[in-house]
Amino acid sequence: MQLQKQLAEEKKTRFRRNCGESKFIGLMFVLPWLIGFVCFKAGPLVMSMVLSFTKYNVIASPRWIGFDNYRNMFSDPDFWTAANVNIQYVLMTVSLRLSFALFIAYVLTSNVRFIGLFRSMYYIPSLMGGNVAIAILWRYLFLKDGLINSILGIFGVAPIAFFSGDFSSLAIISLLHVWQFGATMVIFLAALKGVPKSLSEAALVDGAKRSRIFFSITLPYISPVIFFNLMTNMVTAFQEFNSAFMVTNGGPGKATTLMSLLIYNNAFKFLKMGYSSALSVILFLAIVTVTLILFATSRRWVNYQD
Amino acid sequence: MSYTRKHNKMILTYILLVGVGLMIIYPFLWMVGASFNDSYSLKVTANIFPANPSMNGYVNGWKGGGMYTFGTYFKNTYYYVVMKVLFTIFSSIITAYGFSRFQFPFKRPLFSILIGTLLFPSVVVIVPMYVMFAKLGWVDTYAPMLAPALFAGDTYFVYLLIQFFRSIPRDMDEAAMIDGCGPVSRLIRILLPMIKPAVITAILFQFIWTGNDFLYPMIFLSTESKFPVSVGLKMFLDTSGALIAWANIFAMSVLAILPPLIVFLFAQRTFVEGISTSGIKG
Repeated sequence: MQLQKQLAEEKKTRFRRNCGESKFIGLMFVLPWLIGFVCFKAGPLVMSMVLSFTKYNVIASPRWIGFDNYRNMFSDPDFWTAANVNIQYVLMTVSLRLSFALFIAYVLTSNVRFIGLFRSMYYIPSLMGGNVAIAILWRYLFLKDGLINSILGIFGVAPIAFFSGDFSSLAIISLLHVWQFGATMVIFLAALKGVPKSLSEAALVDGAKRSRIFFSITLPYISPVIFFNLMTNMVTAFQEFNSAFMVTNGGPGKATTLMSLLIYNNAFKFLKMGYSSALSVILFLAIVTVTLILFATSRRWVNYQD
Repeated sequence: MSYTRKHNKMILTYILLVGVGLMIIYPFLWMVGASFNDSYSLKVTANIFPANPSMNGYVNGWKGGGMYTFGTYFKNTYYYVVMKVLFTIFSSIITAYGFSRFQFPFKRPLFSILIGTLLFPSVVVIVPMYVMFAKLGWVDTYAPMLAPALFAGDTYFVYLLIQFFRSIPRDMDEAAMIDGCGPVSRLIRILLPMIKPAVITAILFQFIWTGNDFLYPMIFLSTESKFPVSVGLKMFLDTSGALIAWANIFAMSVLAILPPLIVFLFAQRTFVEGISTSGIKG
């Protein structure tokens, strides 16, 4: 979101004097990062693509098999299930988390007392959410003799086997993701505070309704932040692993086997490194495609003031 | 808007906010309560206060599910956390310094790559990373997790520090440069003291995120004596079998999230400001 602004700033600073220091000094400082980028990001990504054309079980050396992994993948029902479930997971969690975070942030801007307390409290799950302990807690909440069922029991509802249902299992891990809305909310809150009061006051004087002000002034004003949150949330949701692995273990059946769990299972349970690489490549391409589509559409709905 | 309508709206707002707060706090409180339950009682209630409070969960849980106690896992976790935080801070500071204070060939494309990698999906490279580190003989050590940190692998922190470096007027270090202060001493003597708040923010975030690390340690570590708490908890759950002693697992889960929670409570402002000024992760 701020990329353009920063690149413009770069240009300005470009012509500063440098007291005869070598123009390679800066490069020396960023060199460690560059090495890391090549060795731990770009290199492995290329290697992933190469391995996706091989059959490889770590012990024997990789054997070139052309497009076989991809052919097998497209006829593998597990792949289609994972792709389908992953898309559902991304759509559900991203839309719910963004709208809930924005809603709560909006409520918090309406002269609420103890705003700091609420903000900190809501932020806790998104900070701790990645911890295995939270995944364990989440599993116990929804077990047949867990907390949710014991609360429902108070109202006379018979215990529900949440983890036997395909959709309820997916809903449970999605809910865990939405529960961690705090960081997104804090970013929205900062953005909402930046909307100039004069704009909405002028609209109020002209007789506009609160809802109209929200949709026609506030939302367009914070659209760069919405875009930013959309991107980061989307990329993290595509990669979700912990909850599928710890809360539902991909089940029942394969109903919550997200792509990253399928990649993990193939690589480290079945030692199908080549096939797992092919799955990784497809996941990477999916993320890149969605990112590019979002960027392309952003010109239509994201307003940059400068 | 009339007074009563406004009043009612405010009441509704507070009901909503407190309700959401309960959805967040209640599961935590319930976990703490259940951890003090009698180890062998399987009956769960919505009540957060256990009927027969006891420390059995902590005493028995500490023994873990394998050959080592949670003492070992905690020691490993914090050794790893300290190393990773140090490596991350060191490498992120010099990278951010390079990008924010110097001109050099290919700076623009490199900066774009840096920003692009903020969205890099690390899960798509677990296979080649495993293959690579296996070839290097680094499997079953912490090196596969620490090496990327030494090379500014978490670009989020580089980005955060660049934002802070930019807020410091360049006149400061330019004056020092004219006085003959070299690039390294400009960083150490002039800029570092000024970006201290950002460094603290980075330390705190990385402290908590590293403590949460799970997938990579699980893949790379195979010897139980080297497990961090996250992998130890997972193993504890696996070895507990059908008749799970809830209290034991909950007790250890509570201990696992206690240090990050305490850090957060003492430094709430730092976290909230850190995420809102340059927020990336969710």
